[in-house]
Amino acid sequence: MNRSSPHRVLPGFGLSLGYALVYLSLLVLIPLGGLIARSMSLSWADFWHIATSDRALAAYRITFGCSLLAALINAVFGLIVAWVLVRYDFFGKRFIDAAVDLPFALPTAVAGITLTTLYANTGWIGSWLEGALGFKVAFTPAGIVVALIFIGIPFVVRTVQPVIEDIESEVEEAAATLGATRLQTFVRVLFPALFPALLTGFTLAFSRAVGEYGSVVFIAGNMPMVSEITPLLIIGKLEQYDVAGATVLAVVMLVISFVLLLAINTLQWWAANRHIANRDEAAEPLVGEAA
Amino acid sequence: MSSSVHARVSGESLAVRYTLTALALAFMFLFLGLPLLAVFAEAFRQGLGPYWTALVEPDTRHAIMLTVLIAVVVLPFNIFFGLAAAWAVARFEFRGKSLLLTFIDLPFAVSPVVAGLLFILIFGRNGWLGPWLQAHDIKIIFAMPGMIIATLFITLPYIARELIPLMQSQGKDEEEAAVSLGATGLQMLWRVTLPNIKWGLLYGVILANARAMGEFGAVSVVSGHIRGETNTLPLHVEILYNEYNSVGAFAAASVLALLALVTLVAKTVVEWRMNKETAMLDAALPMESTSA
Amino acid sequence: MSIEIRNITKRFGNFVALDNVSLDIPTGELVALLGPSGCGKTTLLRIIAGMEGVDEGQILFAGEPTTHVHTRERKVGFVFQHYALFRHMSVFENVAFGLRVKPRNERPGEAQIRKRVMDMLKLVQLDWLAERYPSQLSGGQRQRIALARALAVEPKVLLLDEPFGALDTQVRKELRRWLRRLHDEMHIASVFVTHDQEEALEVADRVVVMNKGHVEQVGTPDEVYTAPASPFVYRFLGNVNVFHTRLRGAWAEVDRAENTETAASRSDTLAFVRPHDIEILRNAADHALSGRVLHIQAIGPLVRVEVEHQHEIFEIELTRERHAELAIASGDTVWLRPRNVRVFQGNSLLDDQTFDLGGGI
Repeated sequence: MNRSSPHRVLPGFGLSLGYALVYLSLLVLIPLGGLIARSMSLSWADFWHIATSDRALAAYRITFGCSLLAALINAVFGLIVAWVLVRYDFFGKRFIDAAVDLPFALPTAVAGITLTTLYANTGWIGSWLEGALGFKVAFTPAGIVVALIFIGIPFVVRTVQPVIEDIESEVEEAAATLGATRLQTFVRVLFPALFPALLTGFTLAFSRAVGEYGSVVFIAGNMPMVSEITPLLIIGKLEQYDVAGATVLAVVMLVISFVLLLAINTLQWWAANRHIANRDEAAEPLVGEAA
Repeated sequence: MSSSVHARVSGESLAVRYTLTALALAFMFLFLGLPLLAVFAEAFRQGLGPYWTALVEPDTRHAIMLTVLIAVVVLPFNIFFGLAAAWAVARFEFRGKSLLLTFIDLPFAVSPVVAGLLFILIFGRNGWLGPWLQAHDIKIIFAMPGMIIATLFITLPYIARELIPLMQSQGKDEEEAAVSLGATGLQMLWRVTLPNIKWGLLYGVILANARAMGEFGAVSVVSGHIRGETNTLPLHVEILYNEYNSVGAFAAASVLALLALVTLVAKTVVEWRMNKETAMLDAALPMESTSA
Repeated sequence: MSIEIRNITKRFGNFVALDNVSLDIPTGELVALLGPSGCGKTTLLRIIAGMEGVDEGQILFAGEPTTHVHTRERKVGFVFQHYALFRHMSVFENVAFGLRVKPRNERPGEAQIRKRVMDMLKLVQLDWLAERYPSQLSGGQRQRIALARALAVEPKVLLLDEPFGALDTQVRKELRRWLRRLHDEMHIASVFVTHDQEEALEVADRVVVMNKGHVEQVGTPDEVYTAPASPFVYRFLGNVNVFHTRLRGAWAEVDRAENTETAASRSDTLAFVRPHDIEILRNAADHALSGRVLHIQAIGPLVRVEVEHQHEIFEIELTRERHAELAIASGDTVWLRPRNVRVFQGNSLLDDQTFDLGGGI
C-alpha cells in the first residue's frame, strides 16, 4: 500500500533512511562510481584492448568455467544434502546441519591452505588421487573447482532447505492417490516447486565463486593462461602499479556481478510472487464471506 | 497401519533413503569434515611444543590483536547501519525501496579484490584523495584505516540483511501500540523494538564478526602486508604459508578455525532461541484470517 | 469525550479509501463501523487514532481540532486486531507500559503503577495471569489484556479494530457482552470496527454502515435493520428478497416475467423485503404472488422455505409453529404476501411509492 500522505505515526523515518543512505553512499555508491569514472578516463580502444587481452580472456574462461562447474556440482549435492537434512532422521543430523555453514564461518585463507595441503601430492586426498588415478588436483584448474565447491556449499543448501520444509505432505499424498510413482511425484510435483530456489542457490553460489580470491589463490598454482583467475590478475596488475589495467578488469567483474545480482533478485521476486499469487487466490473466498 | 501407509505413499524406499543419506554424508565429510580435521592435524603435526611456540610468536600475537581490533571498530558501524536501514525499510513505504535493498546487497556481489581496489582508487597514492592525504601526512592505504574501511564495505550487508526480514515479519503493530500508549521514539526503540529483535541482531553480529575477522581478499589489497603492523591473522596465515612455515601457518589457521567453530555454535544456539520464540508464538496463536 | 469527523478524504495512491466522510460520535456512545473488507472502516479508525494522516478534512476531539495532534498526545486507547501485545513483556508489564513511558513529572510511582495495573487486570478478570507472557495466553485472554493495556492510561476514547475477529464463536459472544458492560462503566466514546453485522447490531448503540469509502447509513441497530437507507445496507445487513418492479404512477408493480424478455430490459426499480416479512398463503389471495415450493429446511428456531416464482427464487422464513400450521411440502403451489416493503430506484428510496404485486395469480 502506498502511503502518499507525509503523516507517519512511527518516528524516525527521515533519520533512519537518511543515515542509511549517507552511509551507503559514502561506503559503497561513491567508491563504485569512482571505479566506473576511473575506467572512463581510458579511451574505449584502450579499455577494450586491456579487457580482451589474451591473458584476461584466459582468466575469464578459467574463472567462469570453474565457477560454473563448482556451482553445478553444488546444485546437485546441495539439493541432496538439503533433502536428506529435512526429510530423513539419522544420528548426528543436527551436527551436520550446523556444519553446513562452516564455509561462511571459516576464513577463506584457512580453507585455501588446508585444501591445498589436502589435495597436494603429499596430502591425504592428493596422494591417493595421484597414486591411484594419476589425477592432479592441487595447482591445476581442478583445484580451483574444489575450492569453489567448498565456499559454495551453504548457498544451495540454505536456499533449498526452507522450501523443502514448506512443501506440504498433502501435495505428495495427493500425487500418490492419483497414481503417481515416487519418481513421478518427485519429477512432476516436487522438483518444479523446488526449482526456483535451486536456481537461486545455484546463482548465489556461482556469483560468490566468480569473485572468490582467498581460498583459490593457494590451490590454483596461478599459472598465467592455465590456472590464473581474474581477481588474481587484478592483484597482479596492482602489484605492478598498473592501476588502469586493474580498473578495467575490475569494471568487467563489476558488470558481471551486477548482472548476477539482477538475476538473483529477479529469481527471488519470481519465486516470491508465485507464492503470493497462490495466497491471494486462497484469500478470495474469505473476502467474499465477509461481504 | 497408518504410518506404514504413510511411509509407502510419501517416502522413498529404504534403499534410496540410504543411498541419498550416504551421498550427502560423504559429500559433507569430503568437503567440510576433512578440511576442518586437516587444519588441526597440520597444526599439531610436530606436537604441542612447536604449536605453542608458533602461536606466541610476537608477529602472530600482533596479528591476532589487530584482527580483534578491526572487528571491534567495524561492528558498531554495522549495527547502527543495520538498525537504521531495517527501520526505514521494514516500517515505512517509500519510492525506491527495492533499489535501496539492491544497493545493500552490492557488497555481497562485488569480489573482495575489487572492493579493495575501490579504496585504492580513492585513497591510494594516485587516487582522488591521495595527494591531499600525502600533503597532510595521513596514511589510509597500507595502514589500519584502509583495512577498517575495506572490512566495513565487505561486512555492510550482514546485519541489515538479517534484521530487515525479521522486522518485516514482526510487523509494526507493537510499535504503533507503544506510540498510541504514549511512548516517545526512544522509549519505543528501547522497550519494544530492540527487545523484539535482539536475537536477530545478535545473529547478524555473529555472522558479520566472522566475516570481519576472516576477510582476506579486500584487506589483502589495502594492507601492504607489513609484518607486525598491518597483518591481520588471515594475512599472517598467508605469509607464513608462503614461507613454507607450515606449523606456524596452521597454528594461526587453527585459531581462525576455532573462531569458526565458536561462530557455528553461537549461531546454532541463537537460531535455536529464535526458533523457540517463533514456535511459541505460532503454537499459541490461533490461525487468524488476514483480511481487512 | 466526543469525536467529530468532518469531510475526511483519504487516498492511498489512486485508491480512495475514504471519500468526504463526516460523522459525530458523542461521549458515552458505543459505535460500530460496519462494512465489507476494503470499505475504509479500519482506515477511518486509524485516522481517529492519529495513526494515519488525512488528505482533506478535520478531526475534532471535544470540539478541539485534533487533526495534527500526534497519536502519542491524543489519549486514545487502541486495541489492535491482532492485539499487538509486546511479546517479550509479561502481562503485567504490558499493561504497565503506558504508565511507565509517561514523562517523568506525570509518571506515577511504582506502587501506584502496581495498583493501577492490578485494578485493570481485575477489571478484565485476568489478575491471575499477571506474570504470564502473551504467548502463553489464549486468544480471548490476549484480547482482554490488550483492552486492559489500552484502558490503563485512562483514554478519552477507546478504539477497537475487529476486536473479536480472530476468536471462535463462543468466546466471541461472551466478550461482546462483556465489552458492552465495560463500556457502560467507563463513560467514554468507544468505536469498534467489524465486518460482522450480527456483532454490530448486538453490541453497538449506533451503527455506521460503510461501503467503498462512503458512509451509507448511520442509525441505531433497529433503524439500520428495519429501515435501511440503501440497497447496499439492505443486502449487507441480513438476508433480503428483491423484486424487480416497474413504476406505474404512484405504484411500483412487480415486473411480471411475461413483460420481460431479458434481465437487461428491466428497470432499476427494486423492492426489498426481508425473508420474515413474507407471509405464505395456501390459497390465492389479492396482492399475492403464486409460486412453487422448492425446498424446505429447518434452521434452529426457524424454517426456511424457498419458493420459485417465474424463475426467480425467494427465501421466506417462518416460525416452526407457522410451518406446522401451513403443512406445506416441496412441489406445493403457494401464494406469497410481503409486508414492510421498501422500494429503491437506484440508490434512492421511493418513500411514497406503493408496492403492488399486480393482483393475484
